Parts: sequence; C-alpha cells; structure tokens
Amino acid sequence: MDSALWPIGVKRCHISKFLMGLSIAGVVLLWGVVGLILCWVKGLNQTHMNDYYGFALWIWADLAVIALGGGAFFTGLLRYIFGIRELKNIINYAVLIGFICYSSALLILAIDVGQPLRSWFIFWHANVHSMLTEVAFCLSCYFGVLTIEYIPLILENRQLNKVPFAHHLAHNMHHIMAVFAATGAFLSFFHQGSLGGVAGVLFGRPFAYREHILIWPYTFFLFTWSAAAYGPCFTLLITWLTEKISGKQLVKENVKQLLAKISGWMIFTYIIAKIADTVYWALVTAPSKGFTLMDFYSNNPIYGIWILIVEIGVCGVVPAWILVTPRLRANPKTRLIAIILGVIGVCLNRWVMVLQVMAVPVLSFDTWAMYYPSWQEVATTILPVAYGVILILISYRYLPIFPQEVELNPIEPSPSETVEAMNDAAAEDAMVSNGEPATA
Amino acid sequence: MFPFSFEWIWDMGHMVFHGGLWYALSILGIGMTYCIIKTIIDTARDSESDSRP
Repeated sequence: MDSALWPIGVKRCHISKFLMGLSIAGVVLLWGVVGLILCWVKGLNQTHMNDYYGFALWIWADLAVIALGGGAFFTGLLRYIFGIRELKNIINYAVLIGFICYSSALLILAIDVGQPLRSWFIFWHANVHSMLTEVAFCLSCYFGVLTIEYIPLILENRQLNKVPFAHHLAHNMHHIMAVFAATGAFLSFFHQGSLGGVAGVLFGRPFAYREHILIWPYTFFLFTWSAAAYGPCFTLLITWLTEKISGKQLVKENVKQLLAKISGWMIFTYIIAKIADTVYWALVTAPSKGFTLMDFYSNNPIYGIWILIVEIGVCGVVPAWILVTPRLRANPKTRLIAIILGVIGVCLNRWVMVLQVMAVPVLSFDTWAMYYPSWQEVATTILPVAYGVILILISYRYLPIFPQEVELNPIEPSPSETVEAMNDAAAEDAMVSNGEPATA
Repeated sequence: MFPFSFEWIWDMGHMVFHGGLWYALSILGIGMTYCIIKTIIDTARDSESDSRP
C-alpha cells in the first residue's frame, strides 16, 4: 500500500502491523498529553514538587535524555571532524536518536517552566550569571543543528528525492555537514558541561559542590565527558532493539564494535576521573564543609552507599572493562550487558546529581526530604518515550536510516525499483563527473 | 538580547554569553543560506539542461 515510500531495496512489515505499533505508542502518548494539559491548565500543583524539590523527575529526565543524546554530537564529531568513515553507517541513527532526545528535553522544559509562552524571556532578559542561561542558549541552538542534520534524511525519502530541489538541498547539506557537526560539538560541550556545573557551584549543598578550575567546577567536565562516553552506548542499545524488533541486521558488526570500543575507552578514562573526583570530594571537599561521606548516605530509606557503588562500580568500571577488552567486546551478549549497564550508569549519575542533592539535609535540624512523583509527572516523563518510538517507527519505515541494510538483507528488487536505482546511480555519476562529490 | 536593548550592559558576561549565541546562530544561518542559494542555482541549472534540445 505504501511501498512506494519505502527506501529502495528494503522490505517493511504490512501497513496494518505498522499502524498497530503506532496506535500502541499513540495511547501512551495520549496519556502523557493528558498529564501535560493538566500541568499547563491547572499549574505545577499537579506535581509533587515542593520547597525542597524545585528540581524533580522532569529535570532528571531532562539531564538523562540530554546525556543519552550525546551519542549524536560525539558520533558526529568522530565522523565529520576526525573522519572515521565506518561511522557513516550509524551516524544517521545517532542523529535521529539525538533529535528525539533533544526535542524531548525541550518538551519537558516547556512543561516545567509552567508558562511556556514566556520561554523567550530567557533569550531576551538573559541572566548572564546563570549556567542555566548558557544551557538554554546551547540547547536551543543544538536542537537547531540536529534539525539541520535530520532534514537531509527526510529529503532522501524515495519520493521526496525525486523533487529536484529536495534532491539538491539534501546533497548540499551533506556537503557542508562538517560545519554543522563542528558547531554541534562546540554547543554540546558547553551545555552538557553547564548542566553539571549547575550542581557543582551549589556551595550551600556540600553533596553536590566541587572544587573549580577557573569558574568551572569538576562536574562541568565530568558531565561532558560522561555524555560523550555513554551516549554511544545508548545509540548502540537502540540499534540493537531496532534490529530485534525488525528481525534484521541493520549495521555491520565491525561498525558496532568500533563504536563500542570508542565508548569503552571514553568510559574507562571517565570513570578514572570520576573516582578521583569522588575520592577528593569525600576526603577533602566535604570535610571542609563539616560533613563526612556517610552523612550523605545514611539514615534514609533510599540513598544508601549502594547507590555510589552501583553508579561507579557496577555501571562504570564493569562496562569500561568489558568494552575495552577485545574478546568481551566481540561477544554480542557481554557487549549488550555493558551498554545496558552504561545507559543505567549515566541515568543514575544524573539522578544522584539532581534528586539526591535535594534530599540530603544541609542544616543540623533538618531531615532527609524524600520525593515521589505524581502520576502527571510520570505520564509527562513517559510521553517523550512514546513520541520517540513513533518517530523511530516512521523514520525507519520511510527513510534510508541504515545505509548497510540493503547489503545485509538482500531481496529481489521489483522492476520499478531497479529502474529507479539505475536512474539514481546515473544522477550520482553525472554529479561526480561535474566535479561535485557524491552524497555521503 | 541586543546591545540596543535597555537591559544591555557592556560587560564581560553579556559579551561572552550573547557573543557565543550570535556566533552559533550566524554559523547556522550562513550555512543554511549557502545551502539554499546553491540549491536554487543547481535546480535552475538542471532545468536549463533538461529544456535544451
């Protein structure tokens, strides 16, 4: 029925199955929309945020999706700036995942600010002493970069690409993509870092406060580093999920192993820095503020010392060890365990740096403040997941996301597809002979 | 915020924050403008060569 819109040389499921998938995700999305409307109409009293928790589930989700979406900027940097050619086979999917993550982050912020119609205030009446201003600037600009990176993919849809303007625009955008990728890396470095910096400068909250290099606390660098390290794990995890659901291999093993290896070494170096930071904080910074390490981890129902061990040991050291060891990295099962642990690890780090910071008592007469989200908060946090599933379903069906899919899953092409493929090849040849580079 | 806004102050904070923002926006704007202009030229060239006998 819609096969004329599929990429050339691939097979997709029946439209009824596709629509059923969309409907299931759509129901979850609607649930989120109900929560969103309640928050916008009735206000933030729909949440369980209070004087202790000005930042809560939404901000954790925000920080987590931004870290997980870090795969887009880091893979883009490796592909376009460092010229690692193999990554061209996964960069499209990294961009799509990044686009979903960042649009989700902006959506969550639009709910959290309470009055989204005044969102432009942060640009016009900017507080230049706030790290969150820098985050807002970089986040918005980087979302623009991701949109620019996603547009050529849309234009390469089989039917759209027949329109000469769309075809040329996609080609020209690919041609200067390195400029956009470099801008994206610059913006990502600063907003990922500033999100960490927000916690690190809280001198009134010794659990979060860290020493500085110039104006930047150590958390600034750790957040950027962790996003670059763990982001590719999320790209690999979603690629694995897509392969399982579609029942096809979509990316070659050598590409997955290469990205896993890079991610592994990044996690390895990050976790060394994180351990050094934690030791210094526990032995020097916190005692200088009158606290011991166990003050932050005892006499409460949730935040035991286990959370530190899980974050750094189980979800940091273990995935780093697996991914830097060639034999374990080559084994799909152990690699999958490592990338799942990595994804949990970075989410847990963001949870600790947002929620536990709020929970720890800072005054001698104070007690631990626990927080449980309302259903409206949960629904609006799950909303982006449903939105992401829908966008992936549509993009996978109609856009050439995986360049190696045709080669890995050969099918007998229909006569019309053969003619189209020959026309495309002739057009590419003509461009190359005119001195223009072929589309990446 | 622009330098002609009443809130603007010529200090390091405003120059660095807003300078960075305009710098990034300029790169994106110039990049996209280049792509669109080149696309219009390429498309026009294509249609010219198609219309030739």
